Amino acid sequence: MLSVVQPTNSWYLILAAVLFGIGAFGVMVRRNPLVMFMCIELMLNAVNLTFVTLATALSDINGQVVVFFVMVVAAAEVVVGLGIIVAIMRRRNGITADDLSALKG
Amino acid sequence: MELFVFVVAALMVLGGALGVITRSNPVHAALSLVLTLFGIAVMFVSHDAQFLAAVQVIVYAGAIVVLFLFVIMLLGVDQTEDVNIEPITVQRPLALIVGAGVMGIVIAAIVASKDLLGGRGSGLNASTLENPDANIRELARQIFGNNVFAFELTSVLLLVAVVGTVLMARRVKSNGAGK
Repeated sequence: MLSVVQPTNSWYLILAAVLFGIGAFGVMVRRNPLVMFMCIELMLNAVNLTFVTLATALSDINGQVVVFFVMVVAAAEVVVGLGIIVAIMRRRNGITADDLSALKG
Repeated sequence: MELFVFVVAALMVLGGALGVITRSNPVHAALSLVLTLFGIAVMFVSHDAQFLAAVQVIVYAGAIVVLFLFVIMLLGVDQTEDVNIEPITVQRPLALIVGAGVMGIVIAAIVASKDLLGGRGSGLNASTLENPDANIRELARQIFGNNVFAFELTSVLLLVAVVGTVLMARRVKSNGAGK
């Protein structure tokens, strides 16, 4: 049966580490600012998975409370970031991060 | 059974994450992100965090990804980006080294502390059939008890974010003297 091997907490933590690494790689490589934001979301989700796993492992509900606040802050961050991107895209047509190397409009 | 759930959810998470960083079309990347977020929600459920799993699906998959798609459609930037252009020559190898290095360090720390994190703790009230709202009760007692000040601050944060975004995204009606 499949129930011979049970996934331990370490499996979840390692998966979260791999997800964080993929997200970090994506932020450094991709040039579209929207996709860079998506990679930041990947990293935030990796951290959330780590918090929930450790909340279970250490029997502390505060891990889940932190995830709740991270979700709120992530939503606010996406709203502000996309607002900035919309404001920039109105002024110019360049869609890659390389075109945005100067703060001056 | 738990192994099966873990393997399927892990494949969803990793497949979606690789899709986000490899798809050249931003719409495809956003849809891959949905796959990853659902995989994370499944893992939340298997860790007895039912409330967070629901919030994950509603807020992330339901609101944030829709916001991404909305902006993509609004700006019309859904044309394919050429992912083969590499403006700085050593950027990708360096990024690979940094990403793999961070991953390796964290995994080494996890493996080293494997004995501390072995089993499931018993102090967390999990939702069961007899007590279906145990997780929400415990979470609410913490959020509205010990962390009520932080909770109020997040409401201020959301208000500031909304007002700031409206201000930034508003089309300025002036004659362009300040531009």
